[in-house]
Parts: sequence; C-alpha cells; structure tokens
Amino acid sequence: MTLDRPTAIAATGLRKSYGEQTVLDGIDITVPEGTVFSLLGPNGAGKTTTVQILSTLIEADGGSVRVAGHDLATDADGVRGAIGVTGQFSAVDNLLTGEENLLLMADLNHLDKQEGRRRAAELLERFDLVDAAKKNPMTYSGGMRRKLDLAMTLVGDPKVIFLDEPTTGLDPRTRRTMWEAIRNLVAGGVTIFLTTQYLDEADELADRIALLDHGKIVAEGTSDELKRLIPGGHIRLQFTDAAELDQAARTFAGSTRDDAALVLQVPSDGDVHSLRSVLDHLDVASIEVASLTVHTPDLDDVFLALTGHPAEARSSAEAGDESAETAADTVDTAEKENVR
Amino acid sequence: MSTLALAARDSRTMLRRNMRRWARYPAMTVQLIALPVIMLLLFAYVFGGTLGAGLGGEASARADYIEYLVPGILLMTVAAAIQGTAISVAMDMQEGIIARFRTMAISRGAVLTGHVIGSFLQTLVGLAIVLGVSLAIGFRPSANAMEWLGAIGLIALFAVALTWLAVALGLSAKSVETASNTPTLIVLLPFLGSGFVPADSMPAGLSWFAEYQPFSPVIETVRSLLLGTEIGNNAILALGWTVVIGVFSYLWAMKLFRRPPVR
Repeated sequence: MTLDRPTAIAATGLRKSYGEQTVLDGIDITVPEGTVFSLLGPNGAGKTTTVQILSTLIEADGGSVRVAGHDLATDADGVRGAIGVTGQFSAVDNLLTGEENLLLMADLNHLDKQEGRRRAAELLERFDLVDAAKKNPMTYSGGMRRKLDLAMTLVGDPKVIFLDEPTTGLDPRTRRTMWEAIRNLVAGGVTIFLTTQYLDEADELADRIALLDHGKIVAEGTSDELKRLIPGGHIRLQFTDAAELDQAARTFAGSTRDDAALVLQVPSDGDVHSLRSVLDHLDVASIEVASLTVHTPDLDDVFLALTGHPAEARSSAEAGDESAETAADTVDTAEKENVR
Repeated sequence: MSTLALAARDSRTMLRRNMRRWARYPAMTVQLIALPVIMLLLFAYVFGGTLGAGLGGEASARADYIEYLVPGILLMTVAAAIQGTAISVAMDMQEGIIARFRTMAISRGAVLTGHVIGSFLQTLVGLAIVLGVSLAIGFRPSANAMEWLGAIGLIALFAVALTWLAVALGLSAKSVETASNTPTLIVLLPFLGSGFVPADSMPAGLSWFAEYQPFSPVIETVRSLLLGTEIGNNAILALGWTVVIGVFSYLWAMKLFRRPPVR
C-alpha cells in the first residue's frame, strides 16, 4: 500500500560501536513518506543510538543515510531543517514557562514574531496546555511535560518526526493522548519514526515494524506479517459442564481439550471465516458455550520466538522508577485473549 | 537570510533565553556582584588603613590604598562573574534541551555565543556597580577619556577571554559542583597577584608567580591607565595573556561542544 510513496528515511548498513561494544551491526531501514515505522526492541538493543544517528546527534561508523531527501553525511543541516525529535528524556527548558519554551522554538525556527505567537497559541490549545502556559514546566506532570516536549517539536512543522520511546513512563490515559496526537500527525502527512519497547504501541501505531535485537534487525514487516511468522492462533471455548465439552471435542477435529478447566482450544488463524465456521458448527450441534475468546499470536510471541527472550526484558539498572509502569504494561500486553 | 545573519539571529535568541533564565534565578547574579563589592568595602575599611600605611602613604593611608585596590577589585569582578558562567553552562548542558538544539537547523555556536554575550553583559553591569561604589568611597582616578577607554577596553577584552574559559570549564565539568569549584581558583588569582598588595612584597617564588600570572599585568595596566603609575611591559603581557587565554579557551570550548552527547 505504501510502495508508490517517496522515501522519507533510507538507511543502509548502519554501524556503530563504542570501543569493543557493537551497538548497531549493519541495519537497513526504509520508511516511506507519511507512514509510521516502529523500531521495537528491549533496552540496549540500539534503538536510541539509531535515533541519535538518524537525527544527526551522533555520527555512524559506517553506512549511509538519507532523511527527507538530504544526505546525512554531506547535508546534516538540511536533515535538521526537516526533522523534529522528541525523546524519552524531556527536552524542555525548566526555567522558562511552557509558552516561552514554544516561543523559543519559534525563534529558533526563524518564524516571524506574529507567526510564532500564533503557532505557540495553537499548539498550547491542541495539547490542552493553555492553563499551564504561564507556568514553569517543573510544576507539570510527566504527561504534560511530554506533551509540551512534542508541541515544541511541532513548532517547526517537521516532515519527519523521531519519537524515541514517547510514552515510556506515562500513565495509560496520557499514552492514549500521545497516540491520538501521533495519529493526527500521520493524517497530516508527517512521517513518524517511533522507537518503543511496548509491543502494543507498535501494534497500535506502526505501518511497519522492525524488531531490533543486539544491534540487528531480526524481522521486519507489518504487524500482521510478523504475527503470521509464528503459529499459535486458536479459538478458546469455555464450557460449564463436561458433556458439552465432550460433544464439542467430537465436533472439532484437531482441537485440544483441557478437562479440568472445561476448555477446548480450536486451531484458527483468527479471521472472521474461521470464527463463523466454528459458530456455525456449535449452532448446528446445539452446543452451549459459556464464553468464547479468540487468541491471535501477538508481537510478544513473535519477539520471543525470534529472539528467544521477551521484549520487556530490561536490565535491572534501567528498570528503576519506571518498573511499576512497565509491570502494569506487561500485564496489559500479556492479555493475549481478546474477549469477543 | 545569509548564514551570518542567521547565526546572529540564533545567538540573539539564545542570549534572550539566558537573560530570561537569569531573571528567573537572580540569586547567583546578585551573589556574584555582591562578592567584589564586599571585598572592596572589606579591604578599604577593615584592612585599608594598615595596608595603605604599608604601601608608604602616611597621612592618607586609607585613601591611597583605595586607589591601589580598585583596579584589583575590578578584575575580581570579572573573575567572580565567570564562576557564574561556568555554573550556568554546566547546568545547561545537563538539560535535555541542549540535545534538542543540536538536532535543529540553528547556528552551531549560537548556544555558546548566547552564554558568552550574556555573561559579558552581566560582567559589564557588575563592573559598573563596583566602579560606582568605588567612586562613592573616594576612588579618584586621574585618567583622561582615552585612558578610561583603554582601561575599560582591556578589562572587557580580558573578560571575554575569561568568559570563553568559563564556558569551556562549564562544558568540561562532569557535574555542576565541579563547574562551580574550578573557577574558584581563578577568583583567588587577584590575591596571588598584584591585586591587593604589590607582587614584590611577597616571598621570592610567590613573587615571581604573582608578577607574571595573567591577572597581574592586566591589573597593573589598568592601574597605570587610571592612576598614571609605571606601565613597563605590562600592557604587552596583558594583551598577550588575553589573546592566549581567549583563543585557547574558544577552541577548547568549541571542541567540547562538538563532542557527541553521552547518555
């Protein structure tokens, strides 16, 4: 669907190492304009390093990069003029007010005074920061800071936006606000390069996802393509008595039964046809089902299958104060069964 | 707009940012200007009588000492201000916003230029206040307009050089605490020079250091311009030190600033 679009980000053979430690081991990335590309991986996989290279902060040891038509090696300023970056570490001036931060960005983007004021007011409105405009960001909540941070990035109307773990440490409600903002940007034609360690976030937002592990891209594709890489989809039928379970087990050949839990798992790729066929069979045989859930393999399964370790694995040093949110999120993403 | 015009505009924006930050956090500015004023009053009124007598003046020892003292205090004002520069640069580098600036199409040096110009203006304000207090307590220089211009010009040049040094120190500091400690040594230099007592009144080794360290020739040149004392080779030494410190610090600061960010 995106093949005919021009390329916003093209990186080939990107390498970076710090001393002995190889952080990026030759990665290739192609992001068509107006799409969301997500780099998914655990901490230490090289996500932030990739963003730092693509956003001109650090130089790669090897490889070539074009961003928005500008060559990173020869025209870094051209790249800078086309991009915006919002990282997981807040990049706001803590001694200026929210509004002053936005006006500072307007000045640095060389907007004239009137245009700058208009833009700042519009962004404050858009991110629900009008009441906090005259306040110091130190008094903001984590979510407000992140919103201000993104608003500052948007002052310059960037064509390509790098979001380095934009929702790490945010509460679920603010996460949704950020997701909504990101979707709106894409609707406006902006290209998004998103790094995340949250599988559901990539699933929710990205057109294409690359799984990064130990500096290498281990798989790339749409969320569905990645999920198809591994088997494991099934429809789970819950019964109230053993007789119904017996009858159902006879109806669906190849199914797996769990007598203790009164559960039957019917293999399925999770699409509507297979679901309808199961329902029809139940109907014809007049089998009473207490509940039915569809289990499709999620990115978590994919990551585990491809790398041998779960994506949420974090080093103890980095877990720190965010461990609570991460734990909550793990529970969230681990809910593999979507109740219909 | 041309590259130069853009660089000027970005530097102006950064300057405005620094001014605003100081306005939000004025305690440091006040403290840095108060230090030389307190030193001036302390040395004039507490030590002045005795030190002035030691300089050879009998009848008007204190008044003579104030004349001797003020050029040293003016340079101490410069030294005190750069401590603030080092701290504010170090504080700034710890803010994520610097990384943001690096990913924007703005003039590379604008962040530093903003700091340097801002600190320089702050130093000028400090100098004006200290000079005002000096005149109020009886400092009566004999200089004509040209000599005033020369003295102020030299102090200003020296201030620019030291400000770049402060920027480099601020950039190289691993923490804000380090950034505030290192320049303390610089603030002490006027004491280990001819700022408060003549260098030749010190023990041999110290006297040699006191005579040739950067502050002494600058202080002596200012003293000579304002009060008509013997200038000797001090003007040359002063300019030499200023250029050496300025160029070295500028290059050092730029190198440090281009260094990739480490997280």
